[in-house]
Amino acid sequence: MTTEPDKRDAAAWAQPIDRLQVTAAAPGARNINVSGRRQTSPIQGFGRMWQKTYRTPLRGIDVAPAHVIDVWKRHFPEFWPKGNSFFAPLAGIAPGEVAALDLSMPGGLKLSTGVLVLYADDESFTLMTPQGHMFAGWITFSAFSEGGLTSAQAQVLMRASDPMYELGMTFGGHGKEDKHWQHTLRSLAEHLGATGEVETTTVCVDRGRQWSRATNIWHNAGIRSGIYMSGAPIRLFARPFRRGG
Amino acid sequence: MTDATIRLSVRTPRPGCSVIELVGEVTGASESALSDAFDRASAPEVRAVVLDFGGLEYMNSSGIGLLVTLLVRANRNRQRMLAYGLSEHYRQIFELTRLDEAIAIHENEDAALAAAA
Repeated sequence: MTTEPDKRDAAAWAQPIDRLQVTAAAPGARNINVSGRRQTSPIQGFGRMWQKTYRTPLRGIDVAPAHVIDVWKRHFPEFWPKGNSFFAPLAGIAPGEVAALDLSMPGGLKLSTGVLVLYADDESFTLMTPQGHMFAGWITFSAFSEGGLTSAQAQVLMRASDPMYELGMTFGGHGKEDKHWQHTLRSLAEHLGATGEVETTTVCVDRGRQWSRATNIWHNAGIRSGIYMSGAPIRLFARPFRRGG
Repeated sequence: MTDATIRLSVRTPRPGCSVIELVGEVTGASESALSDAFDRASAPEVRAVVLDFGGLEYMNSSGIGLLVTLLVRANRNRQRMLAYGLSEHYRQIFELTRLDEAIAIHENEDAALAAAA
């Protein structure tokens, strides 16, 4: 422990936490598979490690990176493809906040999970996943200027969390994820009045699978969301008998 | 994205162990500089790469991502990765991102080199 905390980035990082807690559930959020879960970096994941970069040059407009990120933070859920819900924290996308997600999966399954806002400053923000999410890792959203042109970018560093997700990612999951973020960037560009196609770069950082992490399947939010959905009729029937319900 | 503001030096305090001194900022812009430093530090005979964060002034989430990719390269080379010189602030970030589960953190260089032996 040698130097004082640097003031430039101290406010941008989430405060230390051991487990995620959703402080105030947004209306409509199922809010399962989030509270009590630990955050996971790519190190805690199971599958191959991927770095995927989605970038769109914002052509036709003159905009500062900080403005792009401000808009992106404020309208984040609006840029997502239909059928997927991001329940933004009441405080917005700010360091340490936790958001609930409901994601559309094949077969009509709604996968409920969440994210921790790991880092947020004027020109970038990063969301980190909890145990049970499809992947262990984080996504950094940023904007930057190069040669007078501002670009928006989403960069994912991840491993599929468990063997079941790895199988799913291999057979269509990666393509679905690509479409999700390409749609998001196109929507952002459109909102800003810009034109520009999304460039996608995929790098396999580590081809190895971490078999010691196969037990992550215990937390699998897909399985748990399925169980939750199949119990819906029982919960509906039991509602009148609940205390205070 | 390309204006790296990091200075890196590599030394070998003893056979089989390299130290990378990081001074300045670790951000996405540091990628090529960090990668080059790692190449210099990870000769085939090196069994442990130690990161000296004593001069770290700023790090964002892209910088943490770079450290994860260095860790993957070290694991591929069957090298251990250790760290020292982290301020309390950056130590907390290592814990928050759970990087401390893969990169052992030590108080100073002597402790890191002793652990690397």
